[in-house]
Amino acid sequence: MDFIGAYTPGNLSYLLKGLLVTLEVAVISIVLSFIIGSLLGVLRYAKIPLLSKVIAVLVETIRNLPLLLILFFTFFALPEVGIKLEIVTAAIAGLTLFESAMIAEIVRGGLVSIGKGQIEAGRSSGLSYTQTMWHIILPQALKRMIPPLVSQFISLLKDTSLAVVITLPELLHNARGIYNGGNYKIVFPILLLTAIIYFLINYSLSLLARALEKRLDTDRKQGTGLRKIRQNQKQSRPIPESF
Amino acid sequence: MDFSILTDNFDTYMTGFFNTIKISLIGLVCSFILGAIVAVFRIAPLRILNFIGACFVEFIRNIPLILIAFFFYNGLVAFHINLSGFVAGTMALTIYTASFIAEAIRAGIQSVDKGQMEAARSSGLTYIQTMGYIILPQAIKIVIPPLGNQFLNLVKNSSILGVFAGLDLMYYADSIHEKTFDTFNTYIFVGVFYLVLTIPLSLLVGYLERRLAKTE
Repeated sequence: MDFIGAYTPGNLSYLLKGLLVTLEVAVISIVLSFIIGSLLGVLRYAKIPLLSKVIAVLVETIRNLPLLLILFFTFFALPEVGIKLEIVTAAIAGLTLFESAMIAEIVRGGLVSIGKGQIEAGRSSGLSYTQTMWHIILPQALKRMIPPLVSQFISLLKDTSLAVVITLPELLHNARGIYNGGNYKIVFPILLLTAIIYFLINYSLSLLARALEKRLDTDRKQGTGLRKIRQNQKQSRPIPESF
Repeated sequence: MDFSILTDNFDTYMTGFFNTIKISLIGLVCSFILGAIVAVFRIAPLRILNFIGACFVEFIRNIPLILIAFFFYNGLVAFHINLSGFVAGTMALTIYTASFIAEAIRAGIQSVDKGQMEAARSSGLTYIQTMGYIILPQAIKIVIPPLGNQFLNLVKNSSILGVFAGLDLMYYADSIHEKTFDTFNTYIFVGVFYLVLTIPLSLLVGYLERRLAKTE
């Protein structure tokens, strides 16, 4: 193994270039799929005749396909029917399509998890359907959606690496580009560094999500008193043997 | 859609289809065993084991699956270990899925009320007996739906073996494509084959989740 030979300034800047493409594609796809996914999720939840059914079939189909296949399709198959996309556009399109379906399910799940009694109570207090949704249901649902949404964004960031099959010049592609020259001694160091880069980004995202979750966790606030008592008990439990 | 591609290459599709099932089942069994071991590490009353378990889960969960596969396929060559695409891919799938399964099992075990453990321990059962007779039977009910979900992801993720000549559905699709030069129709049927596997699974997982929600 050759760590010094692997981490040359040239190689590192090439990896950095790949990282920037990864981040660019990930951020654009996250924003797009969040917008489209929320829309699809709400429309499916709203039970509009026909439209909700069509969306349900669409979402379930896409969700149950491998992302790799979808990326293959957007890049290699669509040109055959006259839609030619750039590599970056094809990657973003494939990722957005897949992740929108995943996010639609998260949004719908969050909405469904809020009891029907809440809508009924809101409506009986004289709020309109939209007002009930906006002021009562959505704030509660959003809080429950945040943890799964963030983990979905983390998987999106990881999934950008699948675009290596359509030769998108992202992080993993560039890592392979460095070691494909034939020097097998640098394969392990390069892959290790790539893994650490992915890990650092995703792990800090997940820490952020945990902190956010704690702050928004108003449901269990009543329980903190009990929890504190339990913690105090735990701390006082180990009695030194000399006593 | 051009159905002649399906009928002409039906045997090739089927070989890939059954290989994908095989890979998924091997991956499921291996990752369940590895995941259960890691989960035990994470909850065992020993700090150092907790730490090792947490490191494994957090590191593997936060890096892409295909990177792990490249590690087994390309990265081990420096140690004079040459793995076939099938073995490298299946190992990567196993390790990746195990980190998620470990989390699911840990969450299930920890969702069982602490009083249960204390009650059983005070009745004179050992830690292992308590786990085996009291905690695990209750935890399993909670663990099954997320486990089903992981299996569903495993089936979909097995498609990365195609990148490494791993003899799965994607790989055989590639060989069909070399014959037909019709990407669109070839891969449409690949999608249908995946759906045949994943839709029933996802319905089953949905049913299990609803049943669990009812009993709670």
